[in-house]
Amino acid sequence: MKRDIIIAGVGGQGILTIATIIGYASVERGLYLKQAEVHGMSQRGGDVQSHLRISDNPVHSDLIPEGRADLIISVEPMEALRYTSFLAPDGWIIANKKPFVNIPTYPDFDELWGKFEDMKRSILLDGEKLAREVATARSMNIVILGASSPFLPFEMSEFEKAIEAIFSRKGEAIVAQNLAAFRAGRALAEERNLALQ
Amino acid sequence: MKRMLLLGDEAIAQGALDAGLSGVYAYPGTPSTEITEYIQRSKEARERGVHSDWSANEKTAMEAALGMSYAGKRAMTCMKHVGLNVAADGFVNAGITGANGGLLVVVADDPSMHSSQNEQDSRFYGKFALVPVLEPANQQECYLAAGYGLELSEKYGTPVMIRITTRLAHSRAGVELTEQRAENELRLPTDKQQFILLPAIARKSYQTLLGKQAAFEEESESSPLNRYEDGDDKSLGIIACGIGYNYLMENFPEGCPHPVLKIGQYPVPRKQIKQILDACDRVLILEEGAPILEEQIRGLLDTSFNIAGRLDGTVPRAGELNPNIVAKALGGEIAAGEKQPEIVQPRPPELCKGCPHIDSYNALNEALSELDPGRVFSDIGCYTLGALAPFHSINTCVDMGASITMAKGAADAGLFPAVAVIGDSTFTHSGMTGLLDAIIENSPITVMIVDNETTGMTGGQTSSARGKLEDICKGLGVPEEHIIVVEPLKKHHEENVTAIKNELFHRGISVVIERRECIQTAKVTVKIKKEANA
Repeated sequence: MKRDIIIAGVGGQGILTIATIIGYASVERGLYLKQAEVHGMSQRGGDVQSHLRISDNPVHSDLIPEGRADLIISVEPMEALRYTSFLAPDGWIIANKKPFVNIPTYPDFDELWGKFEDMKRSILLDGEKLAREVATARSMNIVILGASSPFLPFEMSEFEKAIEAIFSRKGEAIVAQNLAAFRAGRALAEERNLALQ
Repeated sequence: MKRMLLLGDEAIAQGALDAGLSGVYAYPGTPSTEITEYIQRSKEARERGVHSDWSANEKTAMEAALGMSYAGKRAMTCMKHVGLNVAADGFVNAGITGANGGLLVVVADDPSMHSSQNEQDSRFYGKFALVPVLEPANQQECYLAAGYGLELSEKYGTPVMIRITTRLAHSRAGVELTEQRAENELRLPTDKQQFILLPAIARKSYQTLLGKQAAFEEESESSPLNRYEDGDDKSLGIIACGIGYNYLMENFPEGCPHPVLKIGQYPVPRKQIKQILDACDRVLILEEGAPILEEQIRGLLDTSFNIAGRLDGTVPRAGELNPNIVAKALGGEIAAGEKQPEIVQPRPPELCKGCPHIDSYNALNEALSELDPGRVFSDIGCYTLGALAPFHSINTCVDMGASITMAKGAADAGLFPAVAVIGDSTFTHSGMTGLLDAIIENSPITVMIVDNETTGMTGGQTSSARGKLEDICKGLGVPEEHIIVVEPLKKHHEENVTAIKNELFHRGISVVIERRECIQTAKVTVKIKKEANA
C-alpha cells in the first residue's frame, strides 16, 4: 500500500490540519510517512502545498515525483489545477469549489469550473456551503477531507479517532462540528457513486 | 523506544535535548526557525532550564553559544544560510579557538530561494572554517546527527556544523528516540589561553586546527552518515550528498543497481571517493546546493571526462533537486502528469488584510508622490512585499540592515530626500549600527521603522526591539524632535502623510516610527485576553 497525496490551498486556509489528520491516522496504523510542508514567506496569502506520502514500506523522497500523486486534495479550485503535472494517470482531484480571490488576474469562475468538468476523475464541491449547513464555514477543510476519505486507505473509525485527537484540545463542541463536517463531505462523495476501495 | 513524528528541524532539536543540550541561541530565519521554537515549547527543556530565548541576531547567538561552550556546557546555535554571513566572524574564529563543551552550529540552507534572497551553500563555510560538517539525509539522521555532532565536537574540541536544506527542515517523518544523556557540569577550559586569539596564540591554535584535519577525514571514513553501497552495474556510480540520496533511491524502488556513495559528513572521505571513481566507468554527483564536491573532484583543469553533475549540465546549475531532476540525470524520465492548465495564475504572497504596513506604505507613497521614484531603500521582512503591486513602494532589499546604510550612501552621493524602511526586529538585528553612522554625519535621510512589535515574517517571534525603539534612537543620538511616532491606520492617513513629509525634507537624520501591532499576533493577543476573561 502506498498513497501519494498533494494537499493544496492558499496560506491560512487550513491545509496543514488536513495533513495532520491523515498523518495521525497513518501513525496509528503504523505506516511510514513523510509530509513536506511550506513554511515562511508563502504562508502570507500565497499558494501553499503539502506533499503527504504514506506507505507500508519506508518512504525515500520527501517530495512526490511528478506524475505519481494518487490524489490532489485542494481547498481552493485554482490551486488544485496548479499541481496537475504531479497527478498520476489514474489519480483523482477533490477540490473546494469556492474561489479565493486575492489576485487581480484570477480567472473567470465558469471557465475555471469548466476545467474540472473536462476531467473525469475529479470532484468539485461547495465545501463552505456544506460546512455551514452542519457546522460553521471554518470547517470547510474538514468537509473536503471527508469528500477525499473514500480514496484514502482508512476506515471511518480511524478518521473519527484522528479528528477527535486533533481537535480535543478545543473542546467537545468543536470536535462534534468537525465530525459532522467530515461525515457531510464523505456522504456527498459516496452519493456521487464513487468507487470505494 | 519512543517514536515521534517530527520535522527535520524538530528532530535536530529533540536530538540535541536528548544529548544534554544546555542552551540554544538563534535569531528566527526560514527554514531554521522551528528548531528553536521546538525547544521553547518543550516541557522538558523548560524544566531543565535549557536556554532558548531569541538573540538579537545570528552573530550574538553564535558568540553566546561559544560562551556556553567555553563554560563547558553543550550549546547549539541555529540560523538560516544567510544568517551565517552575519555570524561568520564568530563562526570562523570559533574554528580556531575550538570548543570546550560541545558546540553545534546548525545552518538551514534554502536552495531554490523559497524564502530567501540567495541560495548560498553553507558547506563552503564549513570547509572555510576547517570544521566537520554533517549533512543528514532524513529526519532520523537529523536526530542522530545532533547527538553524534556534540560527541564529535567534544572529542576534538571543535565546533561542528549541521547543514540541512528546506525540504528536510520542513518535512515530517517518524523518528525513533535513543537514550537521554545528562547535561554537562560547568567546567572551564584547562588551557586558560585557548580562547585568546592574540596573534602569537592564534598562530599556534591555527596549527592545532590544521593538525586536526587528518583526524576529521578519518572520522568521515568511518562515519555512520557516510556509506558505500556496492552495486553490480558499474557503468555508472553515484555520489549522493544529503537528501540527494533520497531522490536517488526514489528512482530505484527495488534498490539501486549501481554503486552508491552516500555522503553525510565532511571533510569528504577521500578513500571512499577514490573507491567509487576507480570502480565505475562514469560517476554522477548529486548535491543539494552548489557543486562543491563536484568542483573538487573535477579539479581546476577538469580533465576527467567521466564525471557528471551540475557543472556539465547533467543536473541544472541552480535550484534544489527533486526526484524528476534526478531521474533525468540518470538518463531516464518520470512521466509527468498533465501540464498545468494555462488558466492557473501565479499567486505571490501578500501583506495580510489589516496589516499595518499597508497603511505605512500608502502614507509613504503619498508623501513621495511629487518626487521622482527610486528613493526608498528597504530591508528583509514582511514589508519587503511593499515591492509588489499595488504598492511598488521600495527600490532595494539586499541584506539585514542594508536599508539605512544604503540610504546613507545614496545621500552621500547627493540623493535627497532618501528614505530607509526597516522593521523593528531587523532594526535591532542590524540597523542600529548603520543608524549610528548616519547620526555621526547627520546624514539627510529619513528612517521609517515599521514597528509591528514582532518578528512577523517568520511567524511572530518576540522582537528584541519591543518597547525600546525611542530610547535606542535617542541614546544613539537622533535629536528628540526628529523622532516621530505615528500609528499607521487609515483614519490617521492625512496626518501621517504630513508627518512623513516634514521629516523627508529635513536636512538631517530623522526617524519615523510607524507603530501598530502585527495583525497576526494581534489576533492571538485578543484570543488570549478573551480566554483569560472567560
